[in-house]
Amino acid sequence: MIALLMRDLRLAVRAGGGFGLGLAFFLIVTVMVPFSVGPESDLLARIAPGVLWLGALLSCLLSLDRLLALDWEDGSLDLLATAPLPLEAVVSIKALAHWITTGLPLVLAAPVLGVLLNLPLAGFKWVVISLLLGTPALSVIGTFGAALTVGLKRGGLLLSLLVMPLYVPTLIFGAEAARRGAMGMAVETPLLMLAGISAGVIALMPFASAAVLRINLR
Amino acid sequence: MSLNVSDLRIARGGLPVLEGISFELTPGQALILRGPNGIGKTTLLRTIAGLQPPLGGTVSGGEDQIAYAAHSDGLKSALSVTENLRFWASVFGTQSIEPALKAYNLTGLRDRPAGALSAGQKRRLGLSRMMVTGRPIWVMDEPTVSLDQASVTLFANAVRAHLSAGGSALIATHIDLGLDATVLDVGPYKAAPLEFDDFDGGFL
Repeated sequence: MIALLMRDLRLAVRAGGGFGLGLAFFLIVTVMVPFSVGPESDLLARIAPGVLWLGALLSCLLSLDRLLALDWEDGSLDLLATAPLPLEAVVSIKALAHWITTGLPLVLAAPVLGVLLNLPLAGFKWVVISLLLGTPALSVIGTFGAALTVGLKRGGLLLSLLVMPLYVPTLIFGAEAARRGAMGMAVETPLLMLAGISAGVIALMPFASAAVLRINLR
Repeated sequence: MSLNVSDLRIARGGLPVLEGISFELTPGQALILRGPNGIGKTTLLRTIAGLQPPLGGTVSGGEDQIAYAAHSDGLKSALSVTENLRFWASVFGTQSIEPALKAYNLTGLRDRPAGALSAGQKRRLGLSRMMVTGRPIWVMDEPTVSLDQASVTLFANAVRAHLSAGGSALIATHIDLGLDATVLDVGPYKAAPLEFDDFDGGFL
């Protein structure tokens, strides 16, 4: 399992691996928002947590179609399915590798980009905490979407449409926790819901992903 | 441990392609599958490797014993020859990749990225993966595609060494490997076409 994780991380940082794609997209979204809504620092401060969350979610979505499709194309998914690793472990590791290469950089970049959006000082901590709790759910749900569309050529459109509704609860509670934190309100309820969603999908989604992958590999 | 296939009936895309296939593969034995294109050799091998369920019949004795080599080699072009091989070695829990490199004459290419290999060299790397799996039953789908004559000999020698070490091999191929092997022609086992008399049949 560690070998698979190391291989995926190594592939991500080598040429053509797509590492940094999500991060660059996140940067572009958050830099462009102040230009598009105009120089009103009050308004920016109010929407900053939501914009950061939306940017993180879209950046995550952007890299999903490579998650399993590359392994499918070169045949290594077939070979992994006949290897001693259970497919549940394969998809979990794939999701973990996706989180490390996409989700974690987003979490680390969010406070820096928060400055550009005039994020209130109290909000920095909660944006980072909510993203840290929420982005693993995005990767795990995204892996399920990638497993559903793995056999399709150019399945990116279908993948986005399938995954979007599943991302909604994470986005609602994540952005709400960050917004409340920035406003200085109590954050416990949305944060607990967010943590609950993440814990739930991490525990259950790998089984669903492995099941649809088995069907897709036939 | 021998592989038992009895009265196997398999389908591709919901349509039966082969039926009534039975054979036994004992340690030390090689079985060559022959048959025209599209008859279902790949489907048969995928079913035996456990990638798809059979329509009927059973495959037994293959659980966690089979190493499967498909049409594509599953190589990552950004990784070097040794990195590719070492990855599969650790997935299968084996240690040494040197015998595999040596058997397929890849030692000179060990640090070359797989993307910079020729088609035949890639194939040799894909085949050397079978040696690092450490599994007794090799199931291989057209392993000699894009190999030159010398490499085919290397491959035949590797299979021979595997057989004499108590392994077995199931190989779908169109060429003569010069192995002392049983040949199974799957042509006569072609499944009878389905009768499309219901509404659903129109979609198959």
